[in-house]
Amino acid sequence: MKIMSISNKSLDVLLAVGLLTSCVAFVSDSEYRAQAMKLMGADFKARGQAGLDRLNQDEANAACSRTPADGPLSKSASAAIEKANFARLKYPADGKLLGDWREGERIAQSGVGKQFNDDPSRPAGANCYACHQLAPKELSFGTIGPSLLGFGKLRGTSRAIQEYTFGKLYNPQAYTACSNMPRFGHNGILTEAQIKDLVALLLDPESPVNK
Amino acid sequence: MKISALLAFLVGAVASNTVLAQAGADSVRQIEKYRDALMDGNPADLWEARGEELWKRVRGPRAVSLEHCDLGKGPGVVKGAYAELPRYFADVDKVMDLETRLVYCMTVLQGLPRGEVLRRTFGDGSNRSDFESLAAFITAESKGVKMAVGMNHPKEKEAFKLGEKIFFHRGGPHDFSCATCHSESGKRIRLQDLPNLTDEKDAQRAYTTWPAYRVSQGELRSMQWRLYDCFRQQRFPELTFASDTSVALTMFLARNANGGVFNAPAIKR
Ligand code: HEC
Ligand code: HEC
Repeated sequence: MKIMSISNKSLDVLLAVGLLTSCVAFVSDSEYRAQAMKLMGADFKARGQAGLDRLNQDEANAACSRTPADGPLSKSASAAIEKANFARLKYPADGKLLGDWREGERIAQSGVGKQFNDDPSRPAGANCYACHQLAPKELSFGTIGPSLLGFGKLRGTSRAIQEYTFGKLYNPQAYTACSNMPRFGHNGILTEAQIKDLVALLLDPESPVNK
Repeated sequence: MKISALLAFLVGAVASNTVLAQAGADSVRQIEKYRDALMDGNPADLWEARGEELWKRVRGPRAVSLEHCDLGKGPGVVKGAYAELPRYFADVDKVMDLETRLVYCMTVLQGLPRGEVLRRTFGDGSNRSDFESLAAFITAESKGVKMAVGMNHPKEKEAFKLGEKIFFHRGGPHDFSCATCHSESGKRIRLQDLPNLTDEKDAQRAYTTWPAYRVSQGELRSMQWRLYDCFRQQRFPELTFASDTSVALTMFLARNANGGVFNAPAIKR
């Protein structure tokens, strides 16, 4: 891509021209984006499991990194992201989608994992409570995502609902482009077994979420 | 003022996470109350005093004090300087924030080796950071001053635009950007309220209350530390102190807080 290779120098020249003519040089949005990417590449240090590759973006993240001036993503671009992410959903080979809700509750409570100071040999948590209300006895819950109180009681436990729930946790953007929820399976944060346990937490009639 | 007694009470109230989780909003309200009570006895005073001493101390091979350092309003002028940072500095033809400027003054003006200057950017319990102490002293001299960050120079505008792009840049295993946690009003993570840093009022409230004495850490923390630690939560690699990325992001946050009355060092959870 041409704009990706814009050098510091040429930007300086652009700005200098702006100064001389005493008007602000026009720098396009994509030039700022490329320049910001360049700065970040130089100004972060790899540490622990967090390498510089984490700054890179797939198509979804590039399309979803929008400022208020950019406005929301178009309907067709959103549909394309959902389609591409949906096509890469991976369901368990054994066909079983429900694990152990007790284990699911532990995973939902845990916020460890993937930070540069975390031990990569320990399994990551999901930190669902950071963003969602789930079991009613847990009062320390966040509000970035909707309340999931009574999720299974409201939706039922049909095969279709199980598949949706597993798919949503595996990759929320298969259903909602630019969701703020992490793509737990797609990005390798959680294992398939962990996601099954979380599906059980949401759907099992014995789970505190549905009591 | 019995700072230590009040502090012991406050630390006690916060130390037990389970209590906090169970009592929820009640604890938060209690903490607000004690925060107010502490306002005229903030332990940040200790960092301010150390920072003032560092500012005035003759140091380095050139044997000068930082009183020769120009923070934007002329050499040695501290009053109100922070409320106009980051800004364009003609002597380096760059936009700098407070920390970048201090690194410049320590290395160029005082002649201290860069490696030594950058050895401890954040305090670690037993050792204090010169930067956090200096930030406490210098920011305190802008208390009551309205944030007035300029965007007249093209490089100031450029820094703001780059900072905006960085703020909205999604990446890492969690697809997070600053905007994931800070672009909607009235949201929280667990019980911690999240400022909407794209909203004028929220941005003003957040920016004008850093640095802050963090009761949970027993440390004075700078805005630089806040950014560093939010990037950790974002699952990004480690942000380099006083880097261009850091300056650009700070420019974006500071400019969004324009018009807010500066009121730090504050005291926080
Ligand atoms: C960083 C925030 C965040 C985290 C962490 C998070 N979510 Fe979400 N979640 C959201 C947001 C925002 C939405 C709404 C947008 C969407 O549907 O994608 C959502 C939506 C959902 C939905 C769809 C609700 C519906 O009505 O169909 C489910 C189910 C869900 N989350 C479960 C979970 C579980 C289980 C976890 C932990 C494994 C989790 N989330 C972690 C932010 C988060
Ligand atoms: C995963 C969530 C998350 C991400 C991503 C995140 N933050 Fe934060 N941020 C928080 C939380 C939680 C707090 C409150 C922390 C506390 O009170 O201890 C906070 C606090 C702050 C504050 C101080 C607010 C105040 O009123 O004291 C600022 C400023 C801030 N963040 C900026 C940023 C910037 C800039 C980025 C991007 C580099 C960012 N955050 C990314 C979760 C996040």
